[in-house]
Amino acid sequence: MPFPKFIFQPRNELEQGGRSAAPVQSDEREPEKTCPNCHKAVPLSRLWANRNVCSCGYHFRMGVRARLRYLADKDSFTELFGEVGSGDPLEFPGYADKLEMTRTSSREEEAVLCGTVRIEGQPCCLFLMEPYFMMGSMGSAVGERITRLFEYALEHRLSVVGFTVSGGARMQEGLYSLMQMAKTSGAVKRHSDAGLFYLTVLTDPTTGGVTASFAMEGDIILAEPGATVGFAGARVIEQTTRKALPKGFQTAEFLLEHGFVDAIVPRSEQRALIARLLRVHAAEGGEDA
Amino acid sequence: MNRSAYETVKLARSNRRPTGLDFLHGVFTDFFELHGDRRFGDDASVVGGLAELEGKNVTVIAIEKGHSIRERMLRSFGAPQPEGYRKALRLMKQAEKFHRPVICLIDTSGAYCGIGAEERGQGQAIAENLMEMMTLRTPVISLLIGEGGSGGALALAVADRVWMLEDAIYSVISPEGCASILWKDAKRAPEAAQQLKLTAQDALAGGMIERIIPEEGLGKPEFYESLRHELSAELAGLLAMDVQALLEARYQRFRRIGKEREA
Repeated sequence: MPFPKFIFQPRNELEQGGRSAAPVQSDEREPEKTCPNCHKAVPLSRLWANRNVCSCGYHFRMGVRARLRYLADKDSFTELFGEVGSGDPLEFPGYADKLEMTRTSSREEEAVLCGTVRIEGQPCCLFLMEPYFMMGSMGSAVGERITRLFEYALEHRLSVVGFTVSGGARMQEGLYSLMQMAKTSGAVKRHSDAGLFYLTVLTDPTTGGVTASFAMEGDIILAEPGATVGFAGARVIEQTTRKALPKGFQTAEFLLEHGFVDAIVPRSEQRALIARLLRVHAAEGGEDA
Repeated sequence: MNRSAYETVKLARSNRRPTGLDFLHGVFTDFFELHGDRRFGDDASVVGGLAELEGKNVTVIAIEKGHSIRERMLRSFGAPQPEGYRKALRLMKQAEKFHRPVICLIDTSGAYCGIGAEERGQGQAIAENLMEMMTLRTPVISLLIGEGGSGGALALAVADRVWMLEDAIYSVISPEGCASILWKDAKRAPEAAQQLKLTAQDALAGGMIERIIPEEGLGKPEFYESLRHELSAELAGLLAMDVQALLEARYQRFRRIGKEREA
């Protein structure tokens, strides 16, 4: 009989027993991230367990500590030059505050982390750039830390492995930032001339003054799938040339096609491959890291 | 001098200013141009070749913007392609082989920004120059004569001496680019120019350059003559140095630049 059914039909949530009786999904459900490639929502725990890679293969950006966790042998990392931090040489408006805020939010002191490490037992010097610290931009401190790392590696006859991510030179430090390109390149050259091995892994995004210096100076250059790598910004190029950019412009795959990277290596394969390359290029008389 | 930094920017960019080729022909004699990078092509915005400086053989490399609009387009307004940097490096390596010093004349708003430049590795071309110039076994003097636009200028300025014309600029980014990134407003470029510390005085104070060339009589024969004497005297000093000492000094010249704080 339709009539009583109509009468007892609940008219709102409260009549069903209130909000608390309904399954509470939004609070208990795990936080998730939507993949820009496959558009599926991925729970963060699953993402983290998979080195920040979606099941479709999309590589999310990754902070230095998380990267260290999948690359380094357990407890083998020793940080170097952590005492070197950014100043504000030009007293650029807002820069000091921005640095302070970034240090708090990223819990890192600078846009690059340097140190010695073992990867599958192979000792080396390692630098990891930090996407969550002013997008890995290079000022005096970043240049100084990287230069010191290459000088340290030269002294101890160690290979250098570097993961790059950078928006380029840090404009708030003006010419001081620009000069870091020459300074780091000089240190890379000395290390190279001594017959020592330098491996770079380009990650998303590697651009500007970092692309035009130490990122492109490796003996072997690897890249992560889909990473944006270029010198000038894509939007700037589009505005300047008023031409539509080709599909996949400035991706790792584009660079591979044009002969500027050796291989594209997903995160799951990096540790084993880097260890192999370190073994192949280990220097005579190299010290333990 | 009460001029604002942005007025200096405008002077440095002025198309009434002598260009790279004007300097080249004003200062050097018997120039013979050498074309091409032996890899892909010949970039018209970088001009290089053999020349004499007070009877001494040198390699000269100049970034040329051009004067007329037609010439400016041909030279892509002095924004080098990767081929330009690779040609410059080829000529520098040649100079090293034959023990000739190198003089670079720099005037660029920056490396060319385009699809082809990216396809042919603009970043890699600049990076290679930075690395190779650091250990080039012959003296290098770079002269910033107008705009010193970021990595595109630095790619010819890893030198033993870097001099700047009084009204030249040297900057990590254009004031317009800086203002639009930081404040989303390119019209605030004058403010950015002030903050970026891009004048010759600023660069001298920061240790990025060794000398400022006064612009009195700029473009006149006497101006070029006095510059010729200065370059010639400086080169004589550099040529007298032991090569290892020269390279060590060049490395340290850049090694010491940076202002960081140690915790």
